[in-house]
Amino acid sequence: MTEALIFDIKRYAINDGPGIRMVIFLKGCNLHCAWCHNPEGISADAEKMYAISKCIKCGTCVAACPGKAITLNAKGIVTDPALCTMCGRCAEVCPTKAIEMSGKSMTVDEIMDIIEKDRVFFDHSGGGVTFSGGEPMLHSGVLVELLDVCGERGIHRTVDTAGHISKAVLLEVARRTDLFLYDLKMMDADEHEVWTGIKNDKIIDNLKILAASGAHIIIRIPMIGGVNDHEENIRKTAEFIAGLAGEKKEVHLLPFHPVAQNKYAKLGRADDFDPLSVPDQEILSRNIAIFFEYGIKASTGG
Amino acid sequence: MFEHFRSHTLVPERPAASEGNFYPPENKDIGPGMNERIQKLRKLSVEAQPSLSIERALHETAFYKENLGTCSVPVLRALNFLDHCRKKTIYLGEGELIVGERGPAPGVIPTFPELTCHSVEDFQVLNSREMQRYTISQADIERYVSDVIPYWKNKTQRERIFSHVPKEWKAAYEAGLFTEFMEQRAPGHTALDGKIYRKGMLDFKKEIAVNLGVLDYLNDPEATDKSEQWKAMDIACDAVILFAERHAGLADELALLEADQNRAAELKKIAEVCRWVPANAPRNFWEAIQMYWFVHLGTITELNGWDAMNPGHFDQHLTPFYEQGIAAGTLTREEAKELISCFWIKVNNHPAPPKVGITARESGTYNDFTNINIGGVKGDGSDGATEVSYIMLEVIKELHILQPGSSVHISTNTPDKLLHAAVRVIRQGHGYPSVFNPDIYIPELIRQGKTLQDAREGGCSGCIEVGAFGKEAYLLTGYLNVPKILEITLNNGIDPMTGKLAGIKTGDPGLFDTFEALYSAFLKQLHFVVDQKMRVSNYIDRMFAKYAPAPFLSVVIDDCIARGKDYYDGGPRYNTSYIQCCGLGTVTDSFAALKKHVFEEKMFTLPRILDALSNNFMGEEVLRQTMMNRTPFFGNDDDFADDLAVRIYNDLFDTIDGKPNIKPGGKYHLNMLSTTCHVYFGKVTGATPNGRLAGKSVSDGTSPSHGADTHGPTAVLKSLGKLDHIKSGGTLLNQRFLPGLLRKEEDIKKLGQLIRSYFMLGGHHIQFNIVDTATLLAAQACPEDYKDLLVRMAGYSDYFNDMNIDLQQEIIERTENDAY
Repeated sequence: MTEALIFDIKRYAINDGPGIRMVIFLKGCNLHCAWCHNPEGISADAEKMYAISKCIKCGTCVAACPGKAITLNAKGIVTDPALCTMCGRCAEVCPTKAIEMSGKSMTVDEIMDIIEKDRVFFDHSGGGVTFSGGEPMLHSGVLVELLDVCGERGIHRTVDTAGHISKAVLLEVARRTDLFLYDLKMMDADEHEVWTGIKNDKIIDNLKILAASGAHIIIRIPMIGGVNDHEENIRKTAEFIAGLAGEKKEVHLLPFHPVAQNKYAKLGRADDFDPLSVPDQEILSRNIAIFFEYGIKASTGG
Repeated sequence: MFEHFRSHTLVPERPAASEGNFYPPENKDIGPGMNERIQKLRKLSVEAQPSLSIERALHETAFYKENLGTCSVPVLRALNFLDHCRKKTIYLGEGELIVGERGPAPGVIPTFPELTCHSVEDFQVLNSREMQRYTISQADIERYVSDVIPYWKNKTQRERIFSHVPKEWKAAYEAGLFTEFMEQRAPGHTALDGKIYRKGMLDFKKEIAVNLGVLDYLNDPEATDKSEQWKAMDIACDAVILFAERHAGLADELALLEADQNRAAELKKIAEVCRWVPANAPRNFWEAIQMYWFVHLGTITELNGWDAMNPGHFDQHLTPFYEQGIAAGTLTREEAKELISCFWIKVNNHPAPPKVGITARESGTYNDFTNINIGGVKGDGSDGATEVSYIMLEVIKELHILQPGSSVHISTNTPDKLLHAAVRVIRQGHGYPSVFNPDIYIPELIRQGKTLQDAREGGCSGCIEVGAFGKEAYLLTGYLNVPKILEITLNNGIDPMTGKLAGIKTGDPGLFDTFEALYSAFLKQLHFVVDQKMRVSNYIDRMFAKYAPAPFLSVVIDDCIARGKDYYDGGPRYNTSYIQCCGLGTVTDSFAALKKHVFEEKMFTLPRILDALSNNFMGEEVLRQTMMNRTPFFGNDDDFADDLAVRIYNDLFDTIDGKPNIKPGGKYHLNMLSTTCHVYFGKVTGATPNGRLAGKSVSDGTSPSHGADTHGPTAVLKSLGKLDHIKSGGTLLNQRFLPGLLRKEEDIKKLGQLIRSYFMLGGHHIQFNIVDTATLLAAQACPEDYKDLLVRMAGYSDYFNDMNIDLQQEIIERTENDAY
């Protein structure tokens, strides 16, 4: 049975496609954006998350750990990464859920059972399921299977992608996807590499290919103050989008929010959190106006 | 996606301020409203400090002293009502269009010594308590002591009830296993249908005369009783006509003194309206509203029945008058809206009669629960929404006052336009309107024995309870503390808070070796407690029929006139007694925790858990956290817990439903509302196996326990959808959303779709608080800055600042749903 590593499932998602949706987050990403708000979605392996504020220092996990990787001190627990096998036993026994494993291996049937739970809401709202991540297309085998089953059952399918993937996979997925939420971070290739770890040529090409294939696409742009919200990038982006084939594309600007700080701490990577700037409201309004100049409908959120 | 996680900013946002949620600072002295008249009336109403008037008590005491024994009890009650209507101070305020007050001025409440005669101590408590304070002057207290209190000694309903109750009942009552509604207030719990818009009091008098004329004294053993009842009803009709005529007289007098020509014309118009209604059926929109208001005042002056009075489907009743006025050019939309605004403020002028003791705790609010039904279906099943429905939603949105409560009724044939208009009001965050599902409550009413048409013309009143409007007495008799029943089961019938026997002995809990053994003991306790409750409720019903009949209320509820029987004596076409079961979430989660950790996984022994509960989990934090975090709880679309909820709900139904209430054809039915009683019940209930600490609130209505629902609102609705709501006379679901969930226009549609989906799953009712935790915390810290923060309690809205700290905490702890 094909399995995927799922790190979260959100119900009553109302900002990730039409209607009331369920978002399935698949673990693993090939970009490393400095502003990532789902850092637990980057690694393709299960990870241990520890919330010190919930820990009552009962030591249950210390006793349960088969590899003796955990020690307890006055502040809480410390896990020795050399001894930890990510077996998840500590999370299973923790009475307060201070320890939780991010990433649960699930079969297509198991995922579909959960998706079906909210069927009544999809049916009444024109909603459905959104596959997000991480980069959901890195799990193309299981993703294609899920999309096919959803298609058979009449459930609307959205794929939220950063687009750094092979053309073959992209088209396989596109064939069975009703809507793409396609992330476009910035147009300058070198800048892109600085902020996300990769150049954007494949992302740009794939978006052209996808548009030419007739796919229904909403383009999402994270707005990071001082990084990609400047006029030059916005104009380049708008020009590029205006030139894409197919139907007119809608743009959603997603203002950066420093919400993920806590998550980095839970992953034991507090130092990796990059305190970037929330974009200025005036700049956001100006950017929306620029898109309108190019005949592109843009809004914040979504 | 970036708003994925909740944000708590230091400066709390004030939701939807642009839509008039809060006073604009530059206008703070007047406040909202469509025009200056409405702004002034609203300000007067909102700022009136609730106070007590002893006038009614003085009239009544003098009347009883002189007349008790000279006539039958129904006639005595009617004459007493007439006497007060003749003498009472009447009020006609500046700028008013709709007139009449129960007391001498807005916010002034009479007392009802025939039910509960307040003691000096009661008055002092009412006068000085921090929450729901009612002022009274020292001179009035002294007058009460000399003229009122001595006469009523041993003659009040409350004393009759408490002198009668069996010791088992008393033990259970004092332990907090249930409450009793009728110990301070009369049964009311009803709403009106359309008859008062087709018939005036003179028409009712004719019907009564016809009945009196054909009385069969030769063959009908009840002929004498019926004749007394009809005479009483006839006098009651005269009383409200007289009451209205006195207002007409006052309006004429004021018109003569009025310098402003426009106002003088209005006063003359008021006089004309009050001379016509309620004696005759209304002829136009203004008269229709004034007609209802006089009937409303009549019923709440005659007695202090629960839930005041309720116009039912007010939009549907007013629609023919609205359409006729618009077509004839005698009414504009603005005028209609102004009259509706005046009416709304009138209801707000009437805080609930003061409650003391346990009753004050089960219902700690100034709200008297008039609940205007908007939309829904008509008697023929077609859509009932009209332009008047939209005007009412506008008025609600603009006025944002405590009373009346409002509910919007969304059936499958209700247009999305009405639903979206309602959601826009909900978005303001005042907690109203609540949303009801006629497609479920109509079958509820039919299941209880109503005809299809009577069921369709029914709806909700009070909080979430349903009945056949204008034809039913559907009395709430009191709340049942279901988690406490589990608590005494785990203590062999003993209340661990006092060490006294509160239930029956069902065996040493340490010896329950299976879940079924525990559950069957719980059922035995449940049956015993409900049985105690019903015995006394039936007795109280008879006490009201015998000593405090309500002839005026009987005039307006079918079939009291036709049957010659009082409202309390089986006169209505349908007679329901509801028992309201509280804490389904808490008891379900507790059973789930015991089932999983004791009986299935055997992680803890039952004696160890009992020990932990009796010590409020002191020294057992690991156990408590495990029970709390490692148990599937109700509200997560998880069958392990949801199956238990369904089982308990069905057992509550089997225990209560269908038991006779000793009125002809009358039966007990299940209800699931909680008002503020879940907070009181929490106070008297020790720690529970779901990890809840002693004294903390139990779950409200049929909502999940606070914080137990961790899978978002769709999972909550799915769990709730597993209950068969048709078996109840009302379930209650509170949902708290952050303002971020209703930011965009599209979000309004999505919330509408969420509501429709819930109703498709069989839900009865849902209500929303659209407010973030930061705002609530800020309001707690700086109450003066948040005077106008209205929040949804349980079936009604209340000012956050008028709630005691426990209730505030309860609201804050409700699970906060954020946008994903």
